[in-house]
Amino acid sequence: MGPCFRKDDEGRGGVTTTTHHSSKPAAFGRRLVIAIPYLWLAVFFLVPFLIVLKISLSQTAIAQPPYTPLLDLSGGLAALKDFLAALSFDNYALLISDPIYLLSYLRSLSIAIVSTALLLIIGFPLAYGMVRASRAAQAILFMLVVLPFWTSFLIRIYAWKNILEREGPLNQILVVLGIVSEPPVWLSTDSAIYIGIVYTYLPFMVLPIYATLEKLDQTLLEAAADLGCPRWKTFWLVTLPLALPGVLAGSLLCFIPIVGEFVIPDLLGGSENLMIGQTLWVEFFGNRDWPAASAVAVVLLFLLTAPIVIYQHVQARELEGGR
Amino acid sequence: MRRASWFNLVSIALGLAFLYLPIAVLVIFSFNASALVGVWGGWSTRWYAALLDDPDMLDSVSISLRLAALSATLATILGTLGALALVRGGRFRTRVLFSGLTYAPLVMPEVITGLSLLLLFVALDIDRGFWTIAIAHTTLIMCFVTIVVQARLLGFDRDLEEAAMDLGCPPVRTFLTVTLPLIAPAIASGWMLAFTLSLDDLVIASFTTGPGATTLPIRIYSQVRLGVKPEINAICTIIIALVAVTVVAASLITKLASQRERAVPLAAQV
Repeated sequence: MGPCFRKDDEGRGGVTTTTHHSSKPAAFGRRLVIAIPYLWLAVFFLVPFLIVLKISLSQTAIAQPPYTPLLDLSGGLAALKDFLAALSFDNYALLISDPIYLLSYLRSLSIAIVSTALLLIIGFPLAYGMVRASRAAQAILFMLVVLPFWTSFLIRIYAWKNILEREGPLNQILVVLGIVSEPPVWLSTDSAIYIGIVYTYLPFMVLPIYATLEKLDQTLLEAAADLGCPRWKTFWLVTLPLALPGVLAGSLLCFIPIVGEFVIPDLLGGSENLMIGQTLWVEFFGNRDWPAASAVAVVLLFLLTAPIVIYQHVQARELEGGR
Repeated sequence: MRRASWFNLVSIALGLAFLYLPIAVLVIFSFNASALVGVWGGWSTRWYAALLDDPDMLDSVSISLRLAALSATLATILGTLGALALVRGGRFRTRVLFSGLTYAPLVMPEVITGLSLLLLFVALDIDRGFWTIAIAHTTLIMCFVTIVVQARLLGFDRDLEEAAMDLGCPPVRTFLTVTLPLIAPAIASGWMLAFTLSLDDLVIASFTTGPGATTLPIRIYSQVRLGVKPEINAICTIIIALVAVTVVAASLITKLASQRERAVPLAAQV
């Protein structure tokens, strides 16, 4: 409903006066359009984080719900004082004192870094190959890369459980080809986690890179070739730098959720070293220690703030800037 | 200059094989007469028959389908409004916060979103179950709709709307008769994307569920944790087939709409 407004402003000098009569309801309408989704996100996305923050600072209690109550504003200033006095950093002290948490965070970060690198190594050539295909083939390839993204994530991870079984198809093929003599154990290993992550996140890496390569001005490459630049050098000096925004968007789109990943390590990985998403899950569902789980979430969110902010910047520019 | 080298072809072939072989294996095993993975006992549909005798599983299917339809619809309404606010809302104050809130659920680890929503429901003393999952899913998936619709809003010719309003068409009517038909394909594919995302979610549903609201992913997860089960292969194959049909339908709709695009200037004269 914005256009109506713009017309109004532009038309102030003379020609267009037609929309004048509707400017008041339009302003109301415009506010409503903004307010409804805004309010929803504020109530169900922003406020919950504040509650997590609050609960991470409260004591664990053996009750239902298992933490000391929230701030009761009806109590006035005295209640606020009690509330502040009751805040405790015990849960954060726990995170530091017990090495389990630190190890979980480090493990999650290192798995996320390695898998993002693997995704780049596999995803970039795939995206590059797609761009070089003919127009008709590109549409089909694009569809083929997107399709698995629509298919259930849980199902695709579960599919790998079939394949990686000790007597499963992968080992059968490896044995038949004579690559291994004894079928190796795949499930409950880190290799299985990496396979699962790379498999699930590959479309998220390929699509942003494809989108930037697709927009790349072909005449630049022709110019480089005309000037006698070898192909590998053109790739290194022209294609790669221009593809960087896509590489960055894809890497962040993969890296951030991988750090908090739960399903993949839980179904494919072992039970000894947990990723932080699993630790949070166990803390919450297993130990029923809600304040500790909240503290784990707050620290995780804090670690991811910088990548999330950079990602949003890239995303907003990608969607709004290019036109 | 568009020339695919051997290297290009090989990377495409390997990439696609990696994406599709596991799904193919799953589908094939769902027809395996033997209960053991890796032992081929001939073709059979016994696991599909077994599904029909499992009332709990059928119950979960029905819950998940209703849940996905409801939250996809809510998310589509909210997400479309969000896209309109971002593209047509002008420079309102706190716009940065709004766009931040819009894109953040896209990358936020699910364990954090799930935990925080659960704590909200507990703080508000809301009984958990079908409706709390619906709210959680709507929140999670509306950003996907926003992105799809936003791309479409940015992509079409704004002169059409302005022409309608110059001719005295009130803004609400302009929206309903000009803007909405133009963004309808994006809204439709946004809805379908939202539907499949809700159908798929395990983590957030696990946090926000309550008694009597065991969604399909929660039930599948509780069974596959212990190992591979042929019945699960069968239900997964059915879901994959459903999703494939939906996606192909969605892409056909988009294609038809973009063909009709060229006829739009004519329609605008009416």
